Amino acid sequence: MTALGDAVRAPYDLLAWLIGLWSDALAAAGDALGIGMLDYVFMHHAFLVGALIAVMAPLIGTFLVHRQLALIGDALAHTAFAGVAVGLFVNSVLGTGISPYITAVVVAMLAALAIELISEVTDAYNDVSMAIVLSTGFALGAVLISLNTGGLAVGINQYLFGNLATVSRENAALLVVLFLVVSLVVTATYKQLLYVTFDETAARVAGINVAWYNRLLTTLTAMVVVGAMQIMGVILVAAMLVVPVAAAAQVARGFREALLASVVLAQIAVLLGITLSYRYETTAGGTIVLVAVGVYIGMVIAGRLQSRRSVVGDTAVTGRIEADAEESPGD
Amino acid sequence: MTVSPEPTSSTDDRHRDGADRVVAAADVTFGYAAAPVIEDVSFDVGCGEYVGIVGPNGSGKSTLLRLVLGLHEPDAGKCRLLGHPSLAFAERERVGYVAQDVTENTKRMPITVAEAVLMGRFPHAGFGRVTESDRDRVREALHTVGIEQLADRKITALSGGQRQRAYIARALAGEAELLVLDEPTVGVDAESVDAFFELLDGLNDDGMTILLVEHDIGAVIEHAARVICLNREVYFDGPPAAFAESDALSRAYGTTLGVGAGPEVDGS
Repeated sequence: MTALGDAVRAPYDLLAWLIGLWSDALAAAGDALGIGMLDYVFMHHAFLVGALIAVMAPLIGTFLVHRQLALIGDALAHTAFAGVAVGLFVNSVLGTGISPYITAVVVAMLAALAIELISEVTDAYNDVSMAIVLSTGFALGAVLISLNTGGLAVGINQYLFGNLATVSRENAALLVVLFLVVSLVVTATYKQLLYVTFDETAARVAGINVAWYNRLLTTLTAMVVVGAMQIMGVILVAAMLVVPVAAAAQVARGFREALLASVVLAQIAVLLGITLSYRYETTAGGTIVLVAVGVYIGMVIAGRLQSRRSVVGDTAVTGRIEADAEESPGD
Repeated sequence: MTVSPEPTSSTDDRHRDGADRVVAAADVTFGYAAAPVIEDVSFDVGCGEYVGIVGPNGSGKSTLLRLVLGLHEPDAGKCRLLGHPSLAFAERERVGYVAQDVTENTKRMPITVAEAVLMGRFPHAGFGRVTESDRDRVREALHTVGIEQLADRKITALSGGQRQRAYIARALAGEAELLVLDEPTVGVDAESVDAFFELLDGLNDDGMTILLVEHDIGAVIEHAARVICLNREVYFDGPPAAFAESDALSRAYGTTLGVGAGPEVDGS
């Protein structure tokens, strides 16, 4: 037990030290530039966690959205809420000190598998199984809270609506680990995920285990959802998976381009959102999402202008190739 | 010393084994016991052949393709792909697959033609890093199908015919030896369909084995070197000219004959 404790302790100390460095750097920058909000350590953590989420969420979200699974984030967020309720409930009943994060990850992952299982076993549409899991998660959370009102309800509130001030150093360290895991897994399986997203049957013919990669994607989603939960609030987590991705799709031609654009747009939304929420004392999750939607609208307009400009060029090239195709048989 | 066996039985033995065939199906049955989609179907495809499978809607054409590709497990019988049992087939880069235009599913997905064609290289080197030589293959493949100018276009901005060329290019980029096409011309305009079939003819001339499921019987008779007429079971397997003269079509299609048939097929 001590050996295990020590094994976890060393990397955690390293992470905590790195996060401390980040904090010192931001504080120094705040002093130099006269930015008042950078005086607070919780803001340093909020910016760090926000930036990490703004990489992970669009990274996973790009695959989800283009597989028409945009709602899965919503479903998993609601079950993660149930997971938090389970953790708080168990702690208050048994007097244990389990992090609600851990129970949220576990419950959300079980829910991710349940979504797959329900559509496989009952032959239902994917969105039906998502809706069932979403409702179950929220209902379970609500029932557990009602069983033990008082202390629980206060605890739940921050998970529901997000709170910048609750990002502790431990939370930030957990997010860094999550970020590393998600980035590594997506980098390693990028090609398979892309192939499955683009053309499932051809992917199967190419020897890819589609069911396995579907499961991987939902599991990663569950992890990202739980990671984003405390800063965004469960209700708005899904927006980070979807809105920057939808915005990027308006202007990008290629998939890699779309992936990068969605990360950049998410960074803008999160950093601007956190700043505004501090300045005007508004809820972080809501502010970030509103900024993201603003970015999305901007991209829609940019996309329209872009396609209007390229229509003329398109017709010219297409016409030439069609003509080429007709000539070639005679060659 | 016995005399060497009759040619027919020797061919049959090879069919059973299927080791030297590109595609082989032996006594394959698939589907619910009461109403099999495929019943006792045997056929094989040799190297460099151009085989077209025709049959009415719901005749099991696409299912048969999925069986030989190893995507379904037959209830009875065996399928082999490039000398290996289909279900255990691992050399996936040797097979190119083009289905009906998938744009319906990926209508809004941002992906360039070059990115889509590059997927043909993915099974090589176990999905490792994409190298410059992979990109060269993509350029060559796009050149072969005549759409290299569209490499950086969003694939959804292409016409149906151009998009199907891109999927052929994906198979070529993967250096496929066998091209399996499942109704590739659905939703493609008539002019592009002609050009598409001429592209397939050219590839076949260069040695590509082609297995094509197609609703347009006229096109199959005109372009394929061998026709298999399927409606749950095989009604005909032979040269197009003999098929056009046989009554297999009317037997396989029953009363629905003539609706989709080209001018070459009289149906008498």
